[in-house]
Amino acid sequence: MTSEFAVELRDVVKKFVTPEGNELNAVDHVSMQIKNGEFFSMLGSSGCGKTTSLRMIAGFEWPTEGEVYIEGRAMGHTPPFQRKVNTVFQSYALFQHMTVAQNIAFGLEMEGVGEDEIKKRVGRALEMVQLTGMERRRPKQLSGGQQQRVAVARALVKTPSVLLLDEPLGALDLKLRKEMQLELKALQQQLGITFIYVTHDQEEALTMSDRIAVMSKGKVQQLATPVEIYERPSNKFVADFIGESNFLEGTIKSLARDEAVVFVPALNAELRGMPMSSDFVNGEAVAISVRPEKIRIAENNAKGDGLFEAKVLTSVYIGSDTHVYVDMAGIRLKVMEQNRISRLDPSSFYTKDQIITLLFMPENTLVLKKD
Amino acid sequence: MNPFKRSPFVIAAAVFVYTFLYAPILILILYSFNASRTNVTFDGFIPAFSERVEMDGSLVKASPCGPFHWYCDLAKNDDVIEAAGNTLTIAFTATLIATIIGTMAALALQRYDFKIKPFSQLSLYIPIVIPEIVMGIGILTLFSQAFGWLNNAFNLTGDARLALGIGTVTVSHIAFMVPFVTLVVQARLQGFDKSFEEAAMDLGANEWTTFRRVTFPMILPGVLSGALLAFTLSLDDFVITFFTNGPGSTTLPIYVYGLLRRIITPQVNALSTVWILIVFIAVLLLQWLQSREAKPAH
Repeated sequence: MTSEFAVELRDVVKKFVTPEGNELNAVDHVSMQIKNGEFFSMLGSSGCGKTTSLRMIAGFEWPTEGEVYIEGRAMGHTPPFQRKVNTVFQSYALFQHMTVAQNIAFGLEMEGVGEDEIKKRVGRALEMVQLTGMERRRPKQLSGGQQQRVAVARALVKTPSVLLLDEPLGALDLKLRKEMQLELKALQQQLGITFIYVTHDQEEALTMSDRIAVMSKGKVQQLATPVEIYERPSNKFVADFIGESNFLEGTIKSLARDEAVVFVPALNAELRGMPMSSDFVNGEAVAISVRPEKIRIAENNAKGDGLFEAKVLTSVYIGSDTHVYVDMAGIRLKVMEQNRISRLDPSSFYTKDQIITLLFMPENTLVLKKD
Repeated sequence: MNPFKRSPFVIAAAVFVYTFLYAPILILILYSFNASRTNVTFDGFIPAFSERVEMDGSLVKASPCGPFHWYCDLAKNDDVIEAAGNTLTIAFTATLIATIIGTMAALALQRYDFKIKPFSQLSLYIPIVIPEIVMGIGILTLFSQAFGWLNNAFNLTGDARLALGIGTVTVSHIAFMVPFVTLVVQARLQGFDKSFEEAAMDLGANEWTTFRRVTFPMILPGVLSGALLAFTLSLDDFVITFFTNGPGSTTLPIYVYGLLRRIITPQVNALSTVWILIVFIAVLLLQWLQSREAKPAH
């Protein structure tokens, strides 16, 4: 039976008992539907439940409650060796006592594929990850990047319907990691296999994924496309975790469709913004989030809606951008300005104690639930 | 530069250690060629070959084997051959069984949590730290009590009677070998990442295939070290064997002890030399095997 979804988690709970004897919900009522052919990422810091969720899909752990479905079939206590998914491990877990070719052939042998067929498919898999000629090497004789490729080839040679990747690039240096990100993404598009990718690196998730599940404390905080997650975070955690955000506090004064007017006591003024939740009520205390690059520095003495004066604390030149830290009525904000003009002239920098005017645009001013 | 490199103290210590470790062995080997039958002093090598053994008092003047007279003497000694056979039979059997049990115990202790785990772990150290003689007496008492009771209960007589022999020696060797094997294998398992097993299962191998194709080959060096340690312990065990052997189960250490109580001929030295040579070759072989395993194969 085929299903619209490659993998589905329905209300999955995984309880662990800590060494102190306390019960801990490593995964806490998680539901997600991963579409066929999708590059899906689970993103979060360590202990957020992303790896445990992946391990439950692979079959290394069984859910305490709820159910994992692979291609529409409930998995129950199906062992890993009977699931049509394959895993690329963070440590690669290449068998040190076997050659590269034997590592890749292992999964096919287990399926009972014939010797000639194995040889052919191992050759093709090595070609796919550009390691032709390395058949007889041992894993220890390969570089980190090459080992990573062998791990990918070993999993993909079995033509799984879903490939699970547990922080596969974590051990590589930055430059190699960027290269492998693009390579993995290209591979996924070329093969059309569903990838479920676990990472704590938000940039990695944003670059590679079709959709991302941002996780924290065992719960899915938001499940959406990278653009939606960055531009329209569903709560304060996501706004804070993904990219940078400035936060202001206020109370809702009035609500309309796609617009909320929030009174900010510190400014003694109103800000108009986008409501990120549907169940706000008038008078509710909320958090306002604005990304540093979305605050504009306006002409001085400009007056009007969303314009506020602020005092420059310091400004930092980082090449492509300048980061300006300001004090706006006692609130510390970070403003990012692209260096479209040459900054060679020292007077083009903002100096300490300079008063500048900031513009908050309603579509970039996000009104979030306060928790 | 290493500040201790040419320190006279280091050189003195080295000379000291090597002298006390190897001088006795060298002397032992030298005396196996002794012309003197009494073997109290070294009276030169046996100088000549001849049809028959020619003696001059307690000195061997000539022998069919020349300087190797005592080795030939040894080869003709049926008791030694039997003792060597017993020793090896016991060592091989006990090592095989103890290695299997010890490896299984190490795996269980590494991967499962159970109520009596701290006790199980501790109980491994007890046979190692208690004096061997205590354990020997304990095992002997156990066997004689149990055998007495069983012989009575089932009316066993004659050859059917349960008695001390090769069986009891083997069982007691297994008993003291298991903790050593377990501890050595456990040390090897310390760094064992369970993701290797998960990877195997992920690729379609069931539990048994995973063990056979991945876990066992990976822990094999540890298992072999444990087995070798157990084997050497069994080869030269005296105390426990002394208490648990019976008629027909004399091992080499027991036999040598018996010889020493009568007269020390250079035959004992010849026997020891052969023994050392076998152990030496075994160790070299193992080293070679392990280095071949560690070296990258092109």
